[in-house]
Amino acid sequence: MAAILALLVRDLRVAVRLGGGALTGVLFFLIVVTLMPFAVGPDLALLRRIGPAILWLGALLASLLALDRLLAADYEDGSLDLILMGRAPLELVVLVKAVAHWLTTGLPLVLAAPLLGLLLNLDAATGGIVALTLLAGTPALTFLGLIGAALAVTLRRGGLLLAVLVLPLTVPVLIFGVAASNAAIVGPAPFGAPFSVLCALTLMSLVLGPFAAAAALRHGAE
Amino acid sequence: MRLIGAELRCVRGGREIFAGLDFELRAGEGLLVTGPNGAGKSSLLRLVAGLLRPASGRVALEGAGPDRATPELAHYLGHLDPLKPSLTVAENLGFWTAFLGGGTGGTAHALATAGLAELKALPAAYLSAGQRRRLSIARLLAVKRPLWLLDEPTSTLDVAGQASFAALMRAHLADGGLILAATHVPLGLDGARELCLGPPSTPLEGRGGG
Repeated sequence: MAAILALLVRDLRVAVRLGGGALTGVLFFLIVVTLMPFAVGPDLALLRRIGPAILWLGALLASLLALDRLLAADYEDGSLDLILMGRAPLELVVLVKAVAHWLTTGLPLVLAAPLLGLLLNLDAATGGIVALTLLAGTPALTFLGLIGAALAVTLRRGGLLLAVLVLPLTVPVLIFGVAASNAAIVGPAPFGAPFSVLCALTLMSLVLGPFAAAAALRHGAE
Repeated sequence: MRLIGAELRCVRGGREIFAGLDFELRAGEGLLVTGPNGAGKSSLLRLVAGLLRPASGRVALEGAGPDRATPELAHYLGHLDPLKPSLTVAENLGFWTAFLGGGTGGTAHALATAGLAELKALPAAYLSAGQRRRLSIARLLAVKRPLWLLDEPTSTLDVAGQASFAALMRAHLADGGLILAATHVPLGLDGARELCLGPPSTPLEGRGGG
């Protein structure tokens, strides 16, 4: 248990230190959302209607941006070898790494969403609802990404392969995340149904992700 | 305690690296793995560390207790130094000590022994190659484990560093430890046996030669 805690503290520290990339995702999110009104035009009603979708797409791309480093950094400097040799169960190790990753890259996106919603003509309450759906959905993006990160490390291919592997898996999360947001904003469909599915997707990825990633890493030892 | 490799066969990328390899290492003994480039020295160490799976044969550390796997009793000092550049020297060592299950008391002493006591607050990004290696060596001292797997351990160390590392290895052996080291240069381990792998080396061909 001390080993797992030490790993969590180390990953959080590395992420918040200079060059750790914790804030890069938020900046990318900001840029994507800021660009949208320029592309779509100053139609406030249209922006308000597609605002949740833009926030969700921005968050999805921003979380993808940092996934590359989730396991590759430890692979490149040899840390992964020692982690594989350790007594801590590999499933738990990758789970903790994903949790640290979400805390430093996913959570800032959730917190930034209501603020960025103002740029898309979403009022504070609506922005809050989108943030709520992101809070429920972004862990799924991280844990699905964990599988891709493990495969990319195992196959010794970096970044682009990861995006191609992970993006198709995130389609259901995107659909139900945006559906829940829209249901709360424009109605008339109930908010509860898509939001429950979103939470279910997150819980499923929370269970599947670490086991699949650990299996991929173990297989890589052959 | 003894380390046994029996009928080991290693295949990587569809190519057989070595086959039918037997060795035995008793407590207090060092075994130097030598051989030309590509003979499988590093692969053998990674097999013992559990980072590669043998195509056939087995590796076992006997007399270690029933519920401890070989990798958990071994230190692996590979080509890479597993350090995070943004963390300080002390934080890097502190993490590995905690992760590998050592007490926290040994880190200051380990840093001093490795000659890094004055640099402990420096981010690891500013360390030289030799200092990074010293920090990795400090890990071996901070966490007690019986089997040391060393892959070219002294390649970046200066002369004084090589001498003090040789002394550390002798102390480890005197303490009943085991050392399996892949190397091209003498490590200063008197009485260590040698395990020579692979075919005789093909010399690098000069221009116009042959």
